[in-house]
Amino acid sequence: MRIGVFICHCGSNIAGTVDCPSVAATALTYPDVVFSTDTMYACSEPGQDAIIQAIKEKNLDGVVVASCTPRMHEPTFRRTVERAGLNRYMFEMANIREHVSWIGKSKDLNTGKAAELVRMAVEKLRRDKPLIPKRFETVKRVLVIGGGVAGIQAALDCADGGQEVIMVEREQTIGGKMAKLDKTFPTVDCSSCVLGPKMVDIAQHPNITLYACSEIEAVGGYVGNFQITIRKKATYVNWKDCTGCGLCVEKCPSRKLPDKFNEGLCNAPSINIPFPQAIPKKAAINAESCLMLTKGKCGLCAKVCPVKCIDFEQKDELINVDVGAIVVATGYDLFDWHKYPQYGEGRYPDVVTSMQYERMLSASGPTGGHVKRPSDGKEPKNVVFIQCVGSRDKSVDRPYCSGFCCMYTAKQTILTKDHIPDSQSYVFYMDIRSPGKLYDEFVRRAMEEYGAQYVRGRVSMIYPKGDKLIVRGADTLAGTQVEVPADLVVLAVGAESAKGAVQLGEKLRVAPDQYGFFVESHPKLKPVETNTAGVFLAGACQGPKDIPASVSQGSAAASKVLGLLSKKELESDPAVSRVNPARCVGCGKCIQTCPFGAIKEVQDRFGNPKAEVIDTVCQGCGICTVTCPQGAIQLEHFTDNQILAEVIALCPPKMFANYE
Amino acid sequence: MFKIAYYPGCSGQGTSLEYDMSTRAVCKALDVELVEIPDWSCCGSSPAHTVNHVLSAALSARNLAQVEVMGMDKVTTPCPSCLTNLRTAAHKMESPEFRGKVNALLDVPCNGNVDAQSVLQVLAENVDPELIKSKVVRPLTGIKIACYYGCIMNRPPELMRFDHHENPMAMDNLMIALGAEVVPFPLKVECCGASYGIPRGDIVMRLSGKLLDAGRDVGADAFVTACPLCQMNLDLRQGQINRALHEKFRIPVFYYTQLLGYALGLDRAVLGFEKLCVDPRLALGKIKQPAQAR
Ligand code: SF4
Ligand code: SF4
Repeated sequence: MRIGVFICHCGSNIAGTVDCPSVAATALTYPDVVFSTDTMYACSEPGQDAIIQAIKEKNLDGVVVASCTPRMHEPTFRRTVERAGLNRYMFEMANIREHVSWIGKSKDLNTGKAAELVRMAVEKLRRDKPLIPKRFETVKRVLVIGGGVAGIQAALDCADGGQEVIMVEREQTIGGKMAKLDKTFPTVDCSSCVLGPKMVDIAQHPNITLYACSEIEAVGGYVGNFQITIRKKATYVNWKDCTGCGLCVEKCPSRKLPDKFNEGLCNAPSINIPFPQAIPKKAAINAESCLMLTKGKCGLCAKVCPVKCIDFEQKDELINVDVGAIVVATGYDLFDWHKYPQYGEGRYPDVVTSMQYERMLSASGPTGGHVKRPSDGKEPKNVVFIQCVGSRDKSVDRPYCSGFCCMYTAKQTILTKDHIPDSQSYVFYMDIRSPGKLYDEFVRRAMEEYGAQYVRGRVSMIYPKGDKLIVRGADTLAGTQVEVPADLVVLAVGAESAKGAVQLGEKLRVAPDQYGFFVESHPKLKPVETNTAGVFLAGACQGPKDIPASVSQGSAAASKVLGLLSKKELESDPAVSRVNPARCVGCGKCIQTCPFGAIKEVQDRFGNPKAEVIDTVCQGCGICTVTCPQGAIQLEHFTDNQILAEVIALCPPKMFANYE
Repeated sequence: MFKIAYYPGCSGQGTSLEYDMSTRAVCKALDVELVEIPDWSCCGSSPAHTVNHVLSAALSARNLAQVEVMGMDKVTTPCPSCLTNLRTAAHKMESPEFRGKVNALLDVPCNGNVDAQSVLQVLAENVDPELIKSKVVRPLTGIKIACYYGCIMNRPPELMRFDHHENPMAMDNLMIALGAEVVPFPLKVECCGASYGIPRGDIVMRLSGKLLDAGRDVGADAFVTACPLCQMNLDLRQGQINRALHEKFRIPVFYYTQLLGYALGLDRAVLGFEKLCVDPRLALGKIKQPAQAR
């Protein structure tokens, strides 16, 4: 074998604390190394050209580059050696930046360590062999989970790009949180006027099929070929016929259920259409409160329905579809502020959440757009807003910033003044975080033009006094305690991950972080990708996001999907596990342990059970190889022998001493 | 029979004699045996820890050491301030270095293996509420009660580890079990001004005044407290507060043990109602007489 070694300076990143020429010289003494040099920037165009030239001139069979982390440039250099005619797996990388120059100060020690890492890479490379990826076709269809604004954007972009789209929404209508908002910051335009047309587009787009009241039951397959099972929950209304006329809704006598769409501010009938612009505009029965379904009497809706679409016998339905890619846009939930006893734990009716307040402001809300106190229906004059409720607070396990509460609070103070001109808003805040375009100007406007009083400090308690609520907090700028008598208190609740996100993540093999938000592939460079190929993220399921950010991400995810599905065929990574059937005893331990479900049981021709790896599903994590008691599974490109060779390269004296 | 060491605390010998008396009486009635620590001494109360932490801890540690000598590992006290001192001392002595300094001051070394709990916690956690209910002979039906815990009974939560630090319920539940109507009192863990009564009376007037005001607001006939200092500020100083704030409060302030004993039908002599400053008769009069036993 003929190996070439390239030691990268990475400017002063590596060369500052590593003697690169000396490492290159040492490398020349390693077995099979026929060429070794140091280079300023290996990843630059001249750097790569030099590698190609060396491969050709010196007739190299393999290349080692010692530079930064493989996360950064392994794909780059693999393409480089491929351009020079080598197989891309005949390449090894030694990380002498993150593992050496950035963490060690002594040039001597660093140089020695760098040389050792290069030696390991050389020993591994000597045992590498060319690997050839498999090619397979993709299904030209996309699944979008979640019909909030991010999902809507992703679905429309995919559909406009010519792909067939399946949208699955858990609720009865799409629109998500945005549909509940009255106005949006920083433009103060009507939320449903902006979103409404997009929702209609979803309903009317020939490429989009919408399943509302539905959830993902199971996910199988792999990038390009996922098999999805959707559970379409029983609505007890035949949606094919329902015209959304609303006659049943008017007549339903059972109105005990808190209205979910209106955040529990009023009650909803058992058969309901969430709001006038709902998509799909179909009625659905809530089985828990319906008199017919719980007690077996009533059935008024069935009597009044002009098209006879009520069906009390309806059952959940399972639908199977194949898709090539998945966009997850399951959004977020609002923090449950009842964890704060000092804010009343729900004891005071005039303490409401920001979203409830939003419904009060909305013309289509339960109060018809008039701000009224829930306790007595009076118009409030002093409205106190408390920010960071369930954000940036370790005591309730929400140490992160929800990002949009500062903005929507400012918006709500402006709207409050618009609705009640003689009102006064107070905002208790910790910091104002308003980094978006035109955001800071907006907050200033709330303070300066609309006279919202901003008080910097947390509120320690709220208690009733007469028909007022006394809000006691600190003014940390003035260094005093303040008490504001409020008619209404609005808690700017933060965001947390959507209920069921973790379970969905398990099905999709997408990891949640410690707070249940999905983890992206790379926080900066792969913000909408996940570590499972073919599954993309959009919007607040990945972390709290406002509307502009969610929409951008929706489009970004769609562009990734379109890029993926535009290829006729996909290549699978050949660095996957392989079972040696002669050694495999069919114990099935690997099948249990594989987190991706990539191993199945097959029978050899004598009927003995054997494990077999499904190439396209295997992610090359290697867990099975350490599980197999027989050592029958080997991960290609990381076989036991290759790893042992690296270990021996690192500590030869001891190893050999022991053997002697 | 549940047996536990008992630390009455200095105020129990003087200003809150009725608290100590009623505590002993109700515990006896509820089968909780209190074994008074022999030769106990002051825990250092509020001044000691402002002067010297080691000395302050040593004062409490001496009492804890006595409990160890008694061969017991749990002690209870009615007074939240004593409790804070006992718990703080035990907590600080988890550090061997600190324990060494403390033990250097003591005749009998303290190992810090004694857990201190308030009598309220002992009653809440070791006495079956059904037992209490079954022993009630004079249910408190008809009286509206505001339960006031004071600011140190449950706080800091990491140290006290009992009930909720913002919205404790132990006394509420007890009073409900006795048949009283508990009004939603929002300031149950607010400070009454504590020992500022002496150097800065104005602070106590303002803070305790606020408590009385909130109590009246929610329609309480009486307060129940678990802290001698809180009781004193609200009860003994109610006249001062009225004068300072131009108010006319007349709300009796009971120790919860007094009402508990009353409901259990204990002899009035051991409950010490006559030691209260604001006349409790009006409030007690609200309690409906039980129907004649058949
Ligand atoms: S049958 Fe159920 S949904 Fe229909 S009207 Fe009666 S209660 Fe409402
Ligand atoms: S390498 Fe990982 S993904 Fe592949 S079969 Fe083994 S355990 Fe499954």
